[in-house]
Amino acid sequence: MSAQPREQWSTRTGFLLAAIGSAVGLGNIWRFPAVAYEKGGGAFLLPYLIALLTAGIPLLILEYTIGRRYRASAPGAFRRMWRPAAAIGWWQVAVCFVIASYYAVILAWAVRYVGFSFTESWGDDPDGFFSSFLETAESPGTISSFVPGVAWTLLAVWLSALVILALGVRRGIERANKIFIPLLVVFFVVLVVRALTLDGATVGLDAFFTPDWGALSDGSVWVAAYGQIFFSLSIGFGIMITYASYLGRRADLTGSALAVGFSNSSFELLAGIGVFATLGFMATRSGLAVDEVVSEGVGLAFVAFPQIISEMPLGAFFGVLFFGSLVFAGLTSLISIVQVIVSAVEEHTGMGRIRTVVSVGIALTVVSTGLFATDGGLYLLDAADHFINAYGVALAALVSLIVVSWVLRRLPRQQAEADATSSVRLGVWWRLCLGVVTPLVLGWMMVDSLRQELSRNYEDYPTSFLLWAGWGVAGAALLAGVLLSLLRRPRDRPGNGPGDDVPQPAGTPPDVPRVPPRIEDAPEHGRQGRGPGPRPADDGTSEESS
Amino acid sequence: MSTSAVIMMIVSIALVWGGMITALINVYRFPDMQREDSEATTAPR
Repeated sequence: MSAQPREQWSTRTGFLLAAIGSAVGLGNIWRFPAVAYEKGGGAFLLPYLIALLTAGIPLLILEYTIGRRYRASAPGAFRRMWRPAAAIGWWQVAVCFVIASYYAVILAWAVRYVGFSFTESWGDDPDGFFSSFLETAESPGTISSFVPGVAWTLLAVWLSALVILALGVRRGIERANKIFIPLLVVFFVVLVVRALTLDGATVGLDAFFTPDWGALSDGSVWVAAYGQIFFSLSIGFGIMITYASYLGRRADLTGSALAVGFSNSSFELLAGIGVFATLGFMATRSGLAVDEVVSEGVGLAFVAFPQIISEMPLGAFFGVLFFGSLVFAGLTSLISIVQVIVSAVEEHTGMGRIRTVVSVGIALTVVSTGLFATDGGLYLLDAADHFINAYGVALAALVSLIVVSWVLRRLPRQQAEADATSSVRLGVWWRLCLGVVTPLVLGWMMVDSLRQELSRNYEDYPTSFLLWAGWGVAGAALLAGVLLSLLRRPRDRPGNGPGDDVPQPAGTPPDVPRVPPRIEDAPEHGRQGRGPGPRPADDGTSEESS
Repeated sequence: MSTSAVIMMIVSIALVWGGMITALINVYRFPDMQREDSEATTAPR
């Protein structure tokens, strides 16, 4: 039986756009501007750039080398590196399941708000309108009714994302990003130009860029900079491992990571300019200081912006641009999150892509609709988002870094993997960043975050609610990861996975570029054939057998 | 806008967008071995 090859991106641009599409998400638009403003304004640039260069880009490169080397899903890649490490990959899959289930809901809201923008349906009370649109319950912790207005849109969002995923890497993900990313840039540039022409735009920009150099001596500013870079770049989810697994054997990894990292930050900066120019207009209009109108997250997008849209000339046009941008940015990120799950399940079960997408899609749609398109959905989403990011994404990244750099001592090997085919060679700085700087910062973020949880309930939600919707969800993801890694794979045969590593004799120096396997064209979708093949040698240390 | 804000805006844009442009130029000046791989996989045997 001849093994069918793993799918591949058709071009470098296709991969770059997909990786940028994954990194550029809702957080770029609604989180970065407020974080930068609150943490030193223009001075925030310094810790932000240092965080990008010492944590964001090095981590991106590491995930690219893992994905490209093992050519497997996140659990498969970690498993081939070291069998017990498969639990980290499955943990990331579980985290992606949780995040995808609520991320799609926010997309559904944004889709509805594109429609609402035409008539400015929120009237003069955007806050009340948002609550009545979501039929939000009085208090968190109860789910007593279903919200059809959200549910139907949510189903449409899921259908769109799943169709793209079912079409495969090239025809689905790559093509979608080639359409949506240029559209996002056009929409957002037009929006920023419009924002800059509003009265008071310079007031907002002044607030955003005025540096507070004293803030740099505050440790929380540095933690915020690393946190922003970390959560914004789609690292720690298994996404970049999965996307890099579709790269060719000789793809440029470090150059791509620099391009993706700086593109993501460029979009964030553009978003900061657009958002603060708009907030400056609002502040001037209402006679308030900018710090009194600053908000972030759901409040910024679905309450503050609608209010501004109502007050500005051609507000409907601005609203369509803003919510359309959220939809494009969110959809490309959602696709990448779900692809982590699809790739892992496909590889684990041996099911074809379409069957896998349907199965995963049904599970996600049921959970997503059943929990979040309800009157308790907003509270649940808020708690799950906070806890799964802190104790799912960040903690899994910390554990994976410790395992790769300290337990397995793989950084030199991964560096050689990158250097063999990349435009920018890595130095000892890369290993220092990943082995020392990033684990220390992530560890500090974890301690800081735990301290805050213990001193005060997140958003003052009841403890009983946080126990299941926050801690429970994050703990369940970890438990699911461990349990899934213990499951015997139905098709677990040595060397039969798609994209097994090219066999290398034990002790082969990893810095020798490996010859790409001569393989036939990959099918765009459908069953990934797996024939018996050679044991995937991972420099003599692979633990593939079960 | 204050002078310090204008300076920081220019510096931010120059560093971040300049970094992106430099990174993209670097990527596209490097041979697209991804494409070569892709073509190798589609070449008739």
